[in-house]
Amino acid sequence: MSLDKTAAAYWSANLRVIFICLVIWATVSFGFAIVLRPLLQMLPFSIGGTDLGFWFAQQGSILTFIALIFYYTWYMNRLDREFGVDEQ
Amino acid sequence: MSQFTLNLIVVGGSFLLYIGIAIWARAGTTSDFYAASRGVNPIVNGAATAADWMSAASFISMAGLIAFVGYGNSTFLMGWTGGYVLLALLLAPYLRKFGRFTVPEFIGDRFYSQTARVVAVVCLLVISLTYVIGQMTGAGVAFSRFLEVQNTTGLLIASGVVFIYAVLGGMKGITYTQLAQYCVLITAYTIPAVFISLQLTGNPIPGLGLFSTHAESGLPLLTKLNQVLTELGFNDYTGHHGSTLNMLLFTMSLMVGTAGLPHVIIRFFTVPKVADARKSAGWALVFIALLYLTAPAVGAMARLNIITTIFPAGTSAEPIQYAERPDWMTSWEQTGLLAFEDKNNDGRIQYYNENSEEFASIAAERGWEGNEMVTFNRDILVLANPEIAQLPGWVLALIAAGGLAAALSTAAGLLLAISSAISHDMLKSVLMPNITDKQELMAARISMAFAIALATWLGLNPPGFAAQVVALAFGLAAATLFPALMMGIFSKKMNTHGAVAGMLVGLIATLLYIFTYLGWFFVPGTNMLPNTPDNWLFGISPLSFGAVGAIINFSVAYIVMKFTAEPPERIQELVESIRVPRGAGTAVDH
Repeated sequence: MSLDKTAAAYWSANLRVIFICLVIWATVSFGFAIVLRPLLQMLPFSIGGTDLGFWFAQQGSILTFIALIFYYTWYMNRLDREFGVDEQ
Repeated sequence: MSQFTLNLIVVGGSFLLYIGIAIWARAGTTSDFYAASRGVNPIVNGAATAADWMSAASFISMAGLIAFVGYGNSTFLMGWTGGYVLLALLLAPYLRKFGRFTVPEFIGDRFYSQTARVVAVVCLLVISLTYVIGQMTGAGVAFSRFLEVQNTTGLLIASGVVFIYAVLGGMKGITYTQLAQYCVLITAYTIPAVFISLQLTGNPIPGLGLFSTHAESGLPLLTKLNQVLTELGFNDYTGHHGSTLNMLLFTMSLMVGTAGLPHVIIRFFTVPKVADARKSAGWALVFIALLYLTAPAVGAMARLNIITTIFPAGTSAEPIQYAERPDWMTSWEQTGLLAFEDKNNDGRIQYYNENSEEFASIAAERGWEGNEMVTFNRDILVLANPEIAQLPGWVLALIAAGGLAAALSTAAGLLLAISSAISHDMLKSVLMPNITDKQELMAARISMAFAIALATWLGLNPPGFAAQVVALAFGLAAATLFPALMMGIFSKKMNTHGAVAGMLVGLIATLLYIFTYLGWFFVPGTNMLPNTPDNWLFGISPLSFGAVGAIINFSVAYIVMKFTAEPPERIQELVESIRVPRGAGTAVDH
């Protein structure tokens, strides 16, 4: 396999995981906390007297952001090793 | 011991610590000065980034911003943290791999053009200078309030301390003082918050306390808060009361703007490896989240505390007598940040929403003739927290040190971004390419000293428009630097014409939109349209325009690129090389 092909495969795997992470990033903040909040309000439970959307707006989105960055770091470290492009 | 002596000991002690670190972490080379020789542990860099990022506004004002609006201002929480996801996924690792010292340096080299470099320097200077004014004034105010010195004296002491560690140590000195400043500010913020949460809900973790039961009433805290607020004619705390589109765009502008701020980006040049840059962004967000998860709880709890203090027997009973108000109110009245006016001459404090038409009849029935808490500066919330929670004096002293740490750490980061753009990008890259490392280091120190002098002068003579200008900084970072950096990494074919056109159009469009509503160069009265939601284009506030500016930048760049020559082969190879981590070590040698 040529070097170019490996580089292309590495880059497209990276773009794929970035895309997935950004979809989750947008869903918890713009989605759950803002646009989809009316839907979450219809859920049959409440969190501390309010709805899940409010929790996402003030706590949940931030916690999700942290998880996303550490997941991406872990995933990319593995990918770097798999493609032999990690730093020695 | 008096409160003043305590403040002096705690603040003075923290300053001695910063100066001690400065002497220990002197910079010997330009690599030390610009990037701490890339030897910073990623977790240490995370804490330093958190201090760099969290300004006087985050520390002092944010809880108040949320407290007085509720759900609607969650935009600040999501916007100022969500940007780190963009930074970690889209910028930090690649810029670290590129292995240089400044943001304009990447733009200039990647787009093989001095024009691109100079445009980037201009954007950086506008963004960072406007931002630094707020930090210097914040430090001056904190000094004068807690140490009873003149505002001017306070500001000069603050600049003196920054001067010592920034000029001596550059990025190396700044990094380790920021680490110390982070410890000071997070301790100061957390202690009163934990006690308030314990008092109100019995839960020691404020973020959990916010969603727990209010011990006194047995209701969930937020239900109780909604109840007392609506009983006084205010909007409920958890409800959605503004435009959804504007909320989305404002959040987006803050996120993209955060990721495009040069003083934050350069922090990621200090870690040893590309993998560390990713990890470090994660740690930065953890350290930031410790404050950002606490702030909404502080806001909601303080708002409830104020109302229950004024209406001890419930909102339907009579409020307290002015003469019987708690001591913290008396002491804050002296600062002018809190003021009462007995409009109906009954000796009691009526606090309610006098602008609510529905509530007007109830107020009239109860003999109320207007809201009597006529001034309540939102910054009091955090600053008076220890007094409201009846904590000992040293906690208040810690808040003073924490507020100063937040202001000084951000100021130092901004000053470094400014001085390196001048000494490295303008002097070394454009004007005098032949100077030696030693001469450049001297130039870096001199431009740092000039930047501090300029910032101090601006802090002493703040332009009347300081508040709007901070919003301008985010809008410009979002509309100019972020798209240029992202396209430089993710589009191999993006060329100099596209990038420069994108940055310029993004810059001009954002400036025009802001000036239309806030006045040409913020001169009052020169705005062409009144700054009200009915006049905004599609209901987009000038503060939210950064996201639109970014979209305009991307589109213009793409169209121009399609009609102009491809970037040279070597640039396309450069892009290939920054996309893989291997080889980052060699890029350091520079």
